[in-house]
Amino acid sequence: MNGEIPPSRTKAFIKEKDKKLIDSFLLQVENIPGGESLKKCIQCGTCTGSCPVSYTMDITPREIIALFRAKEMETILASRTIWICASCYACTVRCPQGVQVTDLLYALKRLAIEHHIFPRRFPVYALSQSFVNLTNRYGRSYEPGLIFAYYLRTKPWQLIGLIPLFLKLLARGRISLFPKKIKNTMNFSRILKEAEIMELIVPARES
Amino acid sequence: MDYVYYPGCSLETSGKAYDESVRFVFQQLGHNLIEIDDWNCCGATYYMATKETISLVISARNLALAEQIGQDLIAPCSSCYTILYKTNKILQSNPILKAKVDQSLRRDNLEYHLSLRIRHPLEVLVNDIGLNTIREKRVVSLEGRRIAPYYGCQIVRPDRGIDNKEDPQMMDELLRTLGAEVVPFPAKVRCCGGMLMTTYPDVALELNLEILACAARAQAEVIVTTCPLCQINLEAYQNKINKKFNTRFHLPVLYFTQILGLALGGTPRQVGLHRQIIPFHFKAINQEEAR
Repeated sequence: MNGEIPPSRTKAFIKEKDKKLIDSFLLQVENIPGGESLKKCIQCGTCTGSCPVSYTMDITPREIIALFRAKEMETILASRTIWICASCYACTVRCPQGVQVTDLLYALKRLAIEHHIFPRRFPVYALSQSFVNLTNRYGRSYEPGLIFAYYLRTKPWQLIGLIPLFLKLLARGRISLFPKKIKNTMNFSRILKEAEIMELIVPARES
Repeated sequence: MDYVYYPGCSLETSGKAYDESVRFVFQQLGHNLIEIDDWNCCGATYYMATKETISLVISARNLALAEQIGQDLIAPCSSCYTILYKTNKILQSNPILKAKVDQSLRRDNLEYHLSLRIRHPLEVLVNDIGLNTIREKRVVSLEGRRIAPYYGCQIVRPDRGIDNKEDPQMMDELLRTLGAEVVPFPAKVRCCGGMLMTTYPDVALELNLEILACAARAQAEVIVTTCPLCQINLEAYQNKINKKFNTRFHLPVLYFTQILGLALGGTPRQVGLHRQIIPFHFKAINQEEAR
């Protein structure tokens, strides 16, 4: 490459889509307490070394930040990484620069969902959707329903394998056959509706 | 003292024994748990991952309801504890998000005034009630029981400031107070994978294998935990792990409140031992006899 920067990486050539993604990502970062420390990352890799699941990620947590700096947002969002993170916060507590790695990955999850950019053969979004639907409806989460809905959408043939565990839990009173509801579902959905409107409001900023 | 109590969805179903034993322990120690009337799901990890404002509002509804009852909110589930704690912190520091949340809650005539402290029962037991009181009220000795204290991720991380993040000691001390032998357990804050057991089971099974192997190497006879998700991952999937990795684990996994409840004189049923998939056999030896 004789030291030349390929045109796709120069400032003028940042993809329009990546630009938009960066803007909404930075907006999210502002809402994370301590989020601004992202700037201080020294690429030491302590996050990756501390992560119990980095060995199975396609892009490591350290690389996520490097790619963000290279403005490769789409590559980040299409990775398995942000969805494999189990949010154990090992990276966050060990980062010598105070980078809020776990919360940044949460922000990226939200971004990916908002813009519908997912890795191939991707199960977690389905789980998240099932969860949201259930919670909205009943005000409480319903584990068996959640898992059932999830398997049905992603790997229905494996449901049979879950039956023995289901029966064991049932016999011990650890599964209820019907979801529990909060009393005031009407007012609950009223709150949710308002929150959805609030979600869309972006505070004005000085430019 | 009175505490506001937020059981959370898991403690109504798969983690019922946790709910039963927390209530028993606090009652036995002479403290009141007042359950929030009509609480809703805390929003949990996945809600937090999808819509920011909505997840905060859902979580804050509980805080607003709790505030009407008291100042200290106890949430036993590590995930609920993390979410409620985080929501509280964000609302305290971000006026814009606070305004959005207020506006939404007003739809149900609710308001949150930021006065709550979000707390985990382990920390309340050790810091408020105190190990001395617990030692005095202990009626059954756990002498000679080899226990691996498993804290999981979210009770000390990321920033609770209640214990050491890499090598927490609260549960160790509590168990020692009960007379138990706490085994060296370097996996005490390793991640169990949480919901990965459903989404990426291969990854989660391996994580749990490591935790079980660590406990078995230290010759623990039981693992004691603070989180319903850790409990179910470690207990209910042991069979699967044994099959997949050709191991022969048979380790009961209890909530720390179950063990504490037994030491405070609870019957196995009172602390929900009948709900274990891998049974924990406990014959109460009276403290006096033990000597």
